[in-house]
Amino acid sequence: MTMTLIADAPVDVDAEGFLTDPEQWNERIAHAVAAENGIPELTDRHWLVIRFMRERYLTTGTAPSIRSLGKESGVPVKELYQLFPKGPAKLAAKIGGIPKPKGCI
Amino acid sequence: VSTKQIVILGGGTGGTMTANRLRRRFEPDEAEIHVVDCDDRHVYQPGLLFVPFGLTSLDEIVRPRSRQLRGGVTFHEAEVASVELERNEVVLVDGDILPYDVLVVASGVRLQPEETDGLTGPGWNERAFTFYTPDSAEALRGALERFDGGRLVVNVVDMPIKCPVAPLEFAFLADWHLRELGIRSRTELVYATPLDSAFTKATCAEHLSFLLDAKEIELVTEFSAGEVDGVGGTLMSFDGRTVDFDLLVTVPLHGGAAYLERTPGLADALGFVPTDKATLQTTVKPNVFALGDATDLPTSKAGSVTHFETDVLSENVVRYFADQELEHGFDGHANCFIETGFHKALLIDFNYDIEPLPGHFPTAFGLPLLKESRLNHLGKLAFQWVYWHALLPGRQIPGIGPAMPTRGKKELPAHA
Repeated sequence: MTMTLIADAPVDVDAEGFLTDPEQWNERIAHAVAAENGIPELTDRHWLVIRFMRERYLTTGTAPSIRSLGKESGVPVKELYQLFPKGPAKLAAKIGGIPKPKGCI
Repeated sequence: VSTKQIVILGGGTGGTMTANRLRRRFEPDEAEIHVVDCDDRHVYQPGLLFVPFGLTSLDEIVRPRSRQLRGGVTFHEAEVASVELERNEVVLVDGDILPYDVLVVASGVRLQPEETDGLTGPGWNERAFTFYTPDSAEALRGALERFDGGRLVVNVVDMPIKCPVAPLEFAFLADWHLRELGIRSRTELVYATPLDSAFTKATCAEHLSFLLDAKEIELVTEFSAGEVDGVGGTLMSFDGRTVDFDLLVTVPLHGGAAYLERTPGLADALGFVPTDKATLQTTVKPNVFALGDATDLPTSKAGSVTHFETDVLSENVVRYFADQELEHGFDGHANCFIETGFHKALLIDFNYDIEPLPGHFPTAFGLPLLKESRLNHLGKLAFQWVYWHALLPGRQIPGIGPAMPTRGKKELPAHA
């Protein structure tokens, strides 16, 4: 775990740049991480997903899977892939300042 | 004193252990204990992994649910229609009603292969299989007998799944099996996962990543299967990538039992019951508890977890009736043997906060952690006896309590 500056804010990140403390997150950090990962502009649809992920993580301790995002966030799975190319659950977690989704090993 | 009514939904690992534990905690006239399940087949689920390779058979791993329950526990073979949370009643499909003072949800998960387009269409159980159900595991055994090389693809559709290491174990055992048969050189073995690597925890990645290379297993990551063509032999991801197969072994989507969908407010959108991480009381109602695969807890869906949860849940049901404060006793402890083939296995041990660490379990003189060994393989085999004869009856296992042990471990992080 290392300390770094994102959008002028000091944050703790893991080796892949995921925030390890969701409390350190703010919207400017989200914009900066998105831009760095090929999303130049965060639309309302992006925000819907990011806020849903954060809320779910902060209440249950687990980041939602792609399927539960598709069922519950109001954004269908196909669109999730358009909004967050390659890995929606992982990229939205990174932008939303929550730890990387993990398996048990 | 009126007799308390305890209704347990599910007669699997968690429901059976809980019923037997609670039966010992209450005098016969203090509490009636009812267990409801829709069939009378208790499957020793860790055994399903071995069925496709002919290393065990269904008659060895399936026993009647009713016979695993102590005297004084009533078993109802019935489908649950719904739970009436306001009235504290369980309604069965045949119309019977079971009133309860405390309800324990232990109904595990339901596999939902039909939620993936095409998976249960043509080719299902002919070319595309899962080993997560007794019937499909048995069908897969036949397919593996006929298999003569080609592309064998092991896939996880999406998390969460039961026993998250099982699909990797399947790949390891398949490698061993095909080498024994002499057809490994003409088989491409592929592991396609929705996660970004096979080992997502730092210590596991460090200690175990060599296994895939050593066993020549091709890894496809961040692959979320959205569609299956079981005749053409193609797995398609939501982002348009494809993986071709001659034989597909997939772990389908998981959700909660069907009655949870018919009971507003008891489960989340995937059918998992919102449960307190430490007490196992649900956040739905104070007299409703849950354990095992049915919960939404951020720990593995595995029998070992359920076993450790049983201790805390049983204690808390007793405290609930006594109007005492609940014990915040569950730490997320999980403990898994991982078969790696060639008569060897790994063992990992972790909880909510502490990742799997190397060392030994449960003390410095125990089984090696995060390392392949024959001893771990023997431990896994011996475990089936322990399951039927010690775990399900609700006996305490000496030296193995619910809290994660740290005595035999190396490199404990400073905050632990």
